[in-house]
Amino acid sequence: MAAALKLAGVRKSFDGFPALDHADFEAEAGEVHALLGENGAGKSSLMNVAAGLYAPEAGRIFVDGEEVVLTGPRDAIARRIGMVHQEFKLVRPFTVAENVLLANWRGRFAHGLREMERQIRTQAEQLGFAVDPRSRIDELSIAERQRVEIIKVLLAGARILILDEPTAVLTDEEAVRLLTTVRTLAARGTAVILVTHKLGEVTAFADRVTVMRGGRAVAVLDARSTTADELTKLAVGTRVTPPRRASSPPGARRIAVEGLQVARADGHMTVVDATFHVRAGEIYGIAGVGGNGQTELVEALTGVRAPLAGSVELDGAGDTTGASAERLRDLGIASIPADRFGYGLAGGLSVIDNFCVGQVHTAFYGSWLWTDGASMRKAATRAVAEFDVQGVHNMRQKSALLSGGNAQKLIIAREFSRDPKVIIAHSPSRGLDVRACAAVHERLLNARAAGAAIVLISDDLDEVLSLSDRIGVMTRGRIAAEFIAPADRQAVGRVMVHHA
Amino acid sequence: MLHFLVNWLASTPSFATPYALAALGLIISERVGVLSLGAEGFLLVGALAGVAADLEFGGLPAAALVVAMLAAAAVSLLFALLVVVLRVNQVIAGLAIVFFCQGLTSLVGTLGGWTNRAIAGLHAVAIWPLSAIPFAGRILFTQDLVVFATVPIFFLVSRILSRSMLGLRLRSVGENPDAADATGVSVSLYRFGAVLAGSALIGLAGGYLSVVDVKIWIPDMTGGRGWIAIALVIFARWQPWRALFGALLFGCIEALIPRIAAAGIQAPQYFLLMTPYLATIAVMVWVGLTKLGRLKEPAALGRPHVREERR
Ligand SMILES: Nc1ncnc2c1ncn2[C@@H]1O[C@H](COP(=O)(O)OP(=O)(O)OP(=O)(O)O)[C@@H](O)[C@H]1O
Ligand SMILES: [Mg+2]
Repeated sequence: MAAALKLAGVRKSFDGFPALDHADFEAEAGEVHALLGENGAGKSSLMNVAAGLYAPEAGRIFVDGEEVVLTGPRDAIARRIGMVHQEFKLVRPFTVAENVLLANWRGRFAHGLREMERQIRTQAEQLGFAVDPRSRIDELSIAERQRVEIIKVLLAGARILILDEPTAVLTDEEAVRLLTTVRTLAARGTAVILVTHKLGEVTAFADRVTVMRGGRAVAVLDARSTTADELTKLAVGTRVTPPRRASSPPGARRIAVEGLQVARADGHMTVVDATFHVRAGEIYGIAGVGGNGQTELVEALTGVRAPLAGSVELDGAGDTTGASAERLRDLGIASIPADRFGYGLAGGLSVIDNFCVGQVHTAFYGSWLWTDGASMRKAATRAVAEFDVQGVHNMRQKSALLSGGNAQKLIIAREFSRDPKVIIAHSPSRGLDVRACAAVHERLLNARAAGAAIVLISDDLDEVLSLSDRIGVMTRGRIAAEFIAPADRQAVGRVMVHHA
Repeated sequence: MLHFLVNWLASTPSFATPYALAALGLIISERVGVLSLGAEGFLLVGALAGVAADLEFGGLPAAALVVAMLAAAAVSLLFALLVVVLRVNQVIAGLAIVFFCQGLTSLVGTLGGWTNRAIAGLHAVAIWPLSAIPFAGRILFTQDLVVFATVPIFFLVSRILSRSMLGLRLRSVGENPDAADATGVSVSLYRFGAVLAGSALIGLAGGYLSVVDVKIWIPDMTGGRGWIAIALVIFARWQPWRALFGALLFGCIEALIPRIAAAGIQAPQYFLLMTPYLATIAVMVWVGLTKLGRLKEPAALGRPHVREERR
């Protein structure tokens, strides 16, 4: 039988630089096919070609053995190719149900909207996702938006289902339920393509795996008979050993948060009572299901949103509750936000500008009247090399052109370039490949060793457990329990779910 | 005093209607993300086409208004081509269209011999027996047909925008064309269609000015109403019913000018003529200062859509 989807010799370049170079790919009906590769390898580009979003310069596309030309997403949709995009395709002022309705044409609007609300609830329940069909996308966290994007595509009922890093911000439990659901879809004849950096998902849920490197497929393997080590080696070329946390006694209290309350833009109070402190040389992990107030907590800690009540005290600066982001940065707070292009980077500006902007008001690269272009360039070039930000062909290129993982490395390079006293890191390894992930973890541990106080908020329980000295579990806007490392995974997981 | 008040309020709708229709047309095109600065130009085209048709077809005002709509839509085709297909900067294209239309209408009006010729136009009708109600009958039920049609038009457009699949898609194109595109909505097609439909409404507003209101074509007779309509849309935060309210407000102010003169009150003429624009600025300041300003404009307004471009 012919493959459900076959891509042969696909080439695609952007501004003269090849993102895909003679890439081949094949997925069969009834299988879960994983697509693996380091950041910038071209996974999303290849899948965008299959979804009709990118027009390839060369290469052929076959659906069920029949050659097709996709002139746009509409053609792909007509062939029942559905894709969960890495950069979500959601209309922000619309509600969840309206977004789903947009992708699932119904004759009548009001009736369609009601039907969608019902279907979203059913689907969400089946996946164990908490999603309110009536809330606006604007008000949702990245994790919640990810769930909406998934539900939107699942409800459209594709025959070839492409999931581009769907589990990057989901908790383990959510990921397992999603992948189990996807397996049942495959059992019913859907071809599922799963792009992921999580090797455990590949070996546990996929039938076959294609590994990409430098814009082409370098290997196709049976997922069940391979190992994580082998996959890592194929994907990034080397073996990667995750860094380990050395035990060292923490120093003095750096940041103390007391009874913090924060509300979302729509007035809904999502942080109800956050109380914790972090000492110098300590990583305080905050575990929890995304959407339990983490985003607002981060916003309050970094000065983006003013809290309703409670206090934040910084060592040496006293009470800094409600201080502006600029003041907090001056006091040595660094932030790695979850919404990269929303808060982390100005997509339209160059790599240099994005790197140097963190220091501009400290007169590091010039004064208000002029900027020192040469030293900005030099510093940015050095950081790009040091932090291994790939895909930068030219320091003046727009940062929006970086692949998701590389954009994250650029933010980290900037935030760590000035020896921060306190680091607020929200899902810092979201979407990073194994090597980059290890590199970020190493940076965090180095900062810890250098005496920084680090708040690590993550949906990835493994990340929290392996890096943190102490762990707070956030549910419903509260730090519901605290654990001291080494914490029992089961116990932490139980608090996460039971109080939710 | 009561007499003054009734006369004033009774003349308000006909002053407000061109603003309302033009603003509604602008809302349609801006809700799909196309900034239509050419409104003043489309008004002129509609005004000239209306008079020309009335003169040529021998006084069929309804047909004249339809021709006004078609003519404005036809000229907007050029604008749509520039901004949707060629992705020219929308501000520049809009300004160019205004100047182009100013020249074009003056030229064509002279060539066709339609300039400065009075026409019979469309007259007000009294809806009996409602028109016999004291005061309210004069104000609400003795108006021309376009005034009466405006309310259902608003109802229709606002319903389509907020409560139909068509409207959902239109709005998605204006908010996030990338997302709309990924769900299979043809961004270009929707933008093209909305610009055409919106411009037709602006053309109707122009036709109203010449065929119903002053019943004559004079070059540049629209006197900046297109720009005021643009301000009105901002004031209305792209919401149709608010735009209607704003149009009535402006109509009120404009209707006051001749009333003041007629009542024999002494006021500097140029100051009076300035008031609508003064009101525009006041409205902008008010919008900026109040919560209204926080109702966001369509996120992709003025932004061309290029499928593979990342931003
Ligand atoms: N629309 C675009 N415009 C310009 N460059 C692009 C575009 N899309 C992708 N690229 C470039 O193509 C290369 C491959 O990117 P792609 O997003 O496919 O990587 P990826 O394998 O999905 O990486 P990640 O794991 O980080 O998501 C990168 O260098 C990226 O900068
Ligand atoms: Mg990708």
